[in-house]
Amino acid sequence: MADVNRGNRPLSPHLQVYRLPLAAVTSIMTRITGHALVAGIVLIVWWLVAAVASPGAFACADWVMRSWIGFIILTGSMWALWYHTLAGIRHLCYDAGYGLEIGQAQKSSQAIIAGSVALAVLTLIIYFLF
Amino acid sequence: MRYITPRKSAIGLGAAHEGTQHHWYMTVSAVALAILTPLFMITIACAIGLPRELLLAYFGRPLPALITGLFVIVGMLHFIKGTRIMIDDYFQGAVRKGAIIFSVIFGWAVIALAVYALARMGLGAIVVL
Repeated sequence: MADVNRGNRPLSPHLQVYRLPLAAVTSIMTRITGHALVAGIVLIVWWLVAAVASPGAFACADWVMRSWIGFIILTGSMWALWYHTLAGIRHLCYDAGYGLEIGQAQKSSQAIIAGSVALAVLTLIIYFLF
Repeated sequence: MRYITPRKSAIGLGAAHEGTQHHWYMTVSAVALAILTPLFMITIACAIGLPRELLLAYFGRPLPALITGLFVIVGMLHFIKGTRIMIDDYFQGAVRKGAIIFSVIFGWAVIALAVYALARMGLGAIVVL
């Protein structure tokens, strides 16, 4: 079949190069952030268990929490948690029958991205001020 | 002419006898978590950086303990059911079974560890004279 001359007609749309609409990207991101959040909760629960286990275990967990690795995990989780919360609220609206039009979904997608970044920056500012 | 109405054909439990409970559980836990999320962030943000003695006392107090306990329990149950959907979407056969079992065991292990830690911090705090 490879050497059949198909003429100069356009090739069929390729799934890998299909540009996803913003609403599809934000929907997939809901799933990714939800699963990635496990890193943050495991770190925090490990820190709590280490605190009751022994001074040595706590020193280790607390070092990770306050190191740059912990900062990246916790800050990333904090943004992911805001994102997942906002996207989850949109899902509740979808379930109730609101915001299902393409234009509305586009707007809510932009709101989720902008809102989650704004809330994350605000959370960091409040955290470092107090 | 069909005498059965569309409502009549849609109503009832169907062959599987379930199906809506999962979605309803995710809806209820989502609303609970939307309320708990800001509270949990504040709770953890106040605790980061505390020395061990103060951290133990902090989570011995009712509000930090209740917020943390509720968030981890409701959050991990939401996680188990959410992961189930992801597993059903992407895996088949034995891998699917194994992944579901792992996700349920993992979720409950995290819950058990958090409850154990919070109980240890909370139960020692009350001194009856």
